Amino acid sequence: MLKIDNLHVKLEEEDKQILKGLSLEVPAGQVHAIMGPNGSGKSTLSYVLSGRDGYEVTEGDASLDGESLLEMEPEERAAAGLFLAFQYPVEIPGVGNMTFLRTAVNAQRKARGEEELSSAEFLKIVREKAKELQISPEMLKRPVNMGFSGGEKKRNEILQMAMLEPRMCIMDETDSGLDVDAMRLVSEGVNALRSPDRSFLVITHYQRLLNHIQPDVVHIMSNGRIIKSGGPELALEVEENGYGDLLAEAD
Amino acid sequence: MTEATDLDVREGVDRETVETVRNMGSYKYGWDTEIEMDYAPKGVNEDIVRLISEKNNEPEWMTEWRLEAFRRWQTMTEPKWAMLNYPEIDFQDQYYYARPKSMEEKPKSLDEVDPKLLATYEKLGIPLKEQMILAGVEGADEAPAEGRKVAVDAVFDSVSVGTTFKDELAKAGVIFCSISEAIREHPELVKKYLGSVVPQSDNYFATLNSAVFSDGSFVYVPPGVRCPMELSTYFRINAENTGQFERTLIIADKGSYVSYLEGCTAPQRDTNQLHAAVVELVILEDAEVKYSTVQNWFPGDEEGKGGIYNFVTKRADCREARAKVMWTQVETGSAITWKYPSCILRGDESQGEFYSIAIANNFQQADTGTKMIHLGKNTRSRIVSKGISAGKAQNTYRGLVTMHPKATNSRNYTQCDSLLIGDQCGAHTVPYIEVKNTSSRVEHEATTSKVDDDQLFYCRSRGMDEEEAVALVVNGFCREVLQALPMEFAMEAQSLVAISLEGSVG
Repeated sequence: MLKIDNLHVKLEEEDKQILKGLSLEVPAGQVHAIMGPNGSGKSTLSYVLSGRDGYEVTEGDASLDGESLLEMEPEERAAAGLFLAFQYPVEIPGVGNMTFLRTAVNAQRKARGEEELSSAEFLKIVREKAKELQISPEMLKRPVNMGFSGGEKKRNEILQMAMLEPRMCIMDETDSGLDVDAMRLVSEGVNALRSPDRSFLVITHYQRLLNHIQPDVVHIMSNGRIIKSGGPELALEVEENGYGDLLAEAD
Repeated sequence: MTEATDLDVREGVDRETVETVRNMGSYKYGWDTEIEMDYAPKGVNEDIVRLISEKNNEPEWMTEWRLEAFRRWQTMTEPKWAMLNYPEIDFQDQYYYARPKSMEEKPKSLDEVDPKLLATYEKLGIPLKEQMILAGVEGADEAPAEGRKVAVDAVFDSVSVGTTFKDELAKAGVIFCSISEAIREHPELVKKYLGSVVPQSDNYFATLNSAVFSDGSFVYVPPGVRCPMELSTYFRINAENTGQFERTLIIADKGSYVSYLEGCTAPQRDTNQLHAAVVELVILEDAEVKYSTVQNWFPGDEEGKGGIYNFVTKRADCREARAKVMWTQVETGSAITWKYPSCILRGDESQGEFYSIAIANNFQQADTGTKMIHLGKNTRSRIVSKGISAGKAQNTYRGLVTMHPKATNSRNYTQCDSLLIGDQCGAHTVPYIEVKNTSSRVEHEATTSKVDDDQLFYCRSRGMDEEEAVALVVNGFCREVLQALPMEFAMEAQSLVAISLEGSVG
């Protein structure tokens, strides 16, 4: 599904290398977690994969089902099935959450040559999915992320994910700022979406989230590279001992 | 289930329209109608003024009124204070009267109107048959798609070609007809109110209009009557080198209510065309008028060639106590816009509101705003202006709020937001505030911002292309004003915002 090969990325404006030969492969149906200390390049990875401006790939490649992502516009990546749940979801004043969702869903359908959803079909689906995530009808009407609490913003990201049905979901610190209940809701939402042809790349600081969303593989990232990969037990090890030993080992 | 089906149809239509637009460039009304026309000779002089009056079968007093205006106009000079840059207009190099030949004998009913004209309006999406129109709106789960009636007066170049639902309106006592017909059929009303809000001598363009206006719409709503449907006028400039000078007069008598819509388009031509309209609203005690405009004249091409020069004087007189007016405008077209729909708040406790979206792309220039003139006690006004500039366009908000000595305990609130797309356009805000008493309060808030990259990236990461993302963010920026529009106009305005900004990014 997702294949990242020796990816080198620097900031466009500064001469600062952030990713330094990162390689990673997420097969279909699997959940991979990336953990790592602050500043290891986790968020940069998620932005580069989804096509945000401001980064320059100097070497290597990232592909989805064998097709390189790097030449694609952000919207083409989305239509190809890539989704990023933002660490800091963006507020858009005056644009109703529902309008936003519907525009996004139909834009992707159109890009894939599919029929757009009618209002009635769309409403039916969005209401069902919102209910599962305990998103109130009132929240669907409010402008996108405006005045949402931290938990509401993250649930809203998962709602978008559920509506857009991507094949490759990247979650950038979706657990940050969530209380226990919100964490449970978000995790349940994600678990409900797990399927043999959908993969997840879960970026997180803490092992806690991985109790709810069981990963198949855990990667430890440091200084722009994956320094160690292993099973779920690797996350527990980090939780227990911190990153110190692993970093020392890598050096 | 019917609701859903209706909505589907509407959506299908919209999608198709958007596709067509994509294929043909950004201005979708740029085609023209090939039709035989009668022109008055080029230029303007007393003979032309007499000729226009004669073509309309006007009584002597009207001819004299026009001539008086014309003589006044000859002594005036074109105003230059606006932040607008355009070559000198040669007022003698224009046609002042152009009428489809088939309109020589005024058709008695819509059935007699030249099919070519009817087809023109059909192509523009304007229903000239007396039919229900369907509204499909965002959040349609709460607001069911309802069939609504809208009466239309269609003005083609210099003449009104037909007015729908006249009989049904007449039953309610509402007079809705072309102004030329009103001059003939209801002289007492026209004599009493024409020029009473915008006098003949008001300004250069209004004075010219007073001399040469050829047609326009007339509305009278009698005391206590709530007009049973929306009224609308649709202006189409078709003929080349022809100015359109229409005159609209609306009178809302005591305790009445009317909502009026105005739409405008013109073919895509290389030369500039002149449009100088006058709209007068007279609002009596406890009456209310809502006046909405979607102005989509041809804005000129990407290089700034062609387009309409739009010099318009619109003014409402809240003449008596508790009269209320609301102007809503969506200005997306014209090469040059010079327009300040104003409210004279003469009656005590009268209210004026102004909601505006002005979009300028490519080489468009807009200098637009409003005037709130508080004369009566406890008067209220509110101004919400959203200016969007893209390409190399210049967008100016110019607004006057004045509190006269007798307008005690009055309030104004002004909010003026500008949004910039790209780095070669400009936004300017020029507020004039005069307060001549101590008990009134005036508030002015202004912001200028750029379309935020994070917002665009967020939209694009969800699958929208860049133009779609910009349109969504801009529609959000304009939301307060869009919400003030009647439902069917709000839909049109939303897609218009998207279309007007095509090519503004990337």
